[in-house]
Amino acid sequence: MSKIRVVHYINQFFGGVGGEEKADHLPELRLGAVGPGMALSQQFGDEAEIVATIVCGDSYFNENTPAALEAILGFVADQKADIFVAGPAFNAGRYGMACGGVCKAVQEKFGIPAVTAMFGENPGVDGFKQDVYILETGDSAATMRTAAPVLAKFTLKLAKNEEIGAPTCEAYFPRGIRKNVFAEERGSKRAVDMLVAKLKGEEFVTEYPMPHFDNVAPAPAIKDMPKTKVALVTSGGICPKGNPDRIESSSASKYGKYDIDGLNAFCANCAETAHGGYDPVYANQDANRVLPLDVLRDMEKEGKIEKLHKYYYTTVGNGTSVASSKAYAAEIAAELVNDGVQAVILTST
Amino acid sequence: MVKEIERAGLPVVHICTVVPISLTVGANRIVPAVAIPYPLGNPTLEAGEEKKLRRRLVEKALNALCTEVDGQTVF
Repeated sequence: MSKIRVVHYINQFFGGVGGEEKADHLPELRLGAVGPGMALSQQFGDEAEIVATIVCGDSYFNENTPAALEAILGFVADQKADIFVAGPAFNAGRYGMACGGVCKAVQEKFGIPAVTAMFGENPGVDGFKQDVYILETGDSAATMRTAAPVLAKFTLKLAKNEEIGAPTCEAYFPRGIRKNVFAEERGSKRAVDMLVAKLKGEEFVTEYPMPHFDNVAPAPAIKDMPKTKVALVTSGGICPKGNPDRIESSSASKYGKYDIDGLNAFCANCAETAHGGYDPVYANQDANRVLPLDVLRDMEKEGKIEKLHKYYYTTVGNGTSVASSKAYAAEIAAELVNDGVQAVILTST
Repeated sequence: MVKEIERAGLPVVHICTVVPISLTVGANRIVPAVAIPYPLGNPTLEAGEEKKLRRRLVEKALNALCTEVDGQTVF
């Protein structure tokens, strides 16, 4: 049997093009395996071969998704691929969205299977787990060594059309698909067994997990904006020049609260960004591009809002866990409410 | 963050570039922005024009805050 033909998608960083300053890199086709594709190839042995690698900048993909997809699908069309692999994206949010998006598009357009891999908190998981097999990885590229063999093995299985087991056995995120299987014991017995285990305080595994909804109902609209006190919050890492509180460039362990009383606009000498997940050049030149202090000050003077809150709050959203973000925002929200703020503008990069 | 602040009863407008991420994290009022490194700007524009662009986005955001929504809404 001839080798399985694999096409692999990676971002500009893993493609060796560059870091954030190259995140606008246009989709590019390279023949053979590149970067993490080498590790996958090693695992494939004689069974499969990465015939081509597509490299694309994370910002380019997310800002120009339709055009990026069109170019990428064009590349894939010529490769006679049997299977498509993207990533692993670990906890890189834009990369995860790209991996999920590309896999979904390839499956739909060419009818070949696709698989990607990333960390559980990557937004690509919630975005695409119903459409694409997404294997679970650690949160950083340091876990590549364990991620590559799992991804390679699953890729071969999928390409050979072998039976894919339940999500818990294969380490992919549940896709919300239910399969009929024959159980050893009838339902009533299993249910009573579970109940008895529960009463004894023992562990048991439900056969029907309840969906977890955590949507917050929208707060009522503002009735009278000229009588409203507005606060600015950002996950874009804007902070005073020199980053006095040393907010980390990724996986932030804190948030900052900074006084903007009397400040009419951010300037290159007074503000910068601590964020390590996007090219900081433009924000460092002019932080109003991320947190619109100048415009809100104008609107305050014109009476379009009553007041801009004395402080702004900021953290770095790059790789910061959901649990940390929740904790910071809960504290911030309590302070805002105490200070009589009535509405919030939150900006994200 | 958007969700936790809204949970406290404050309306939040999320100005962000990657709208699918905002939808995933559960923002209710979403205003799409310009680009990841400069959501409310455009360095290729002359300063005055860039500020006008920013003003339009902020006006859209304030308008979103004044609009009743019954679920996630992209303005």
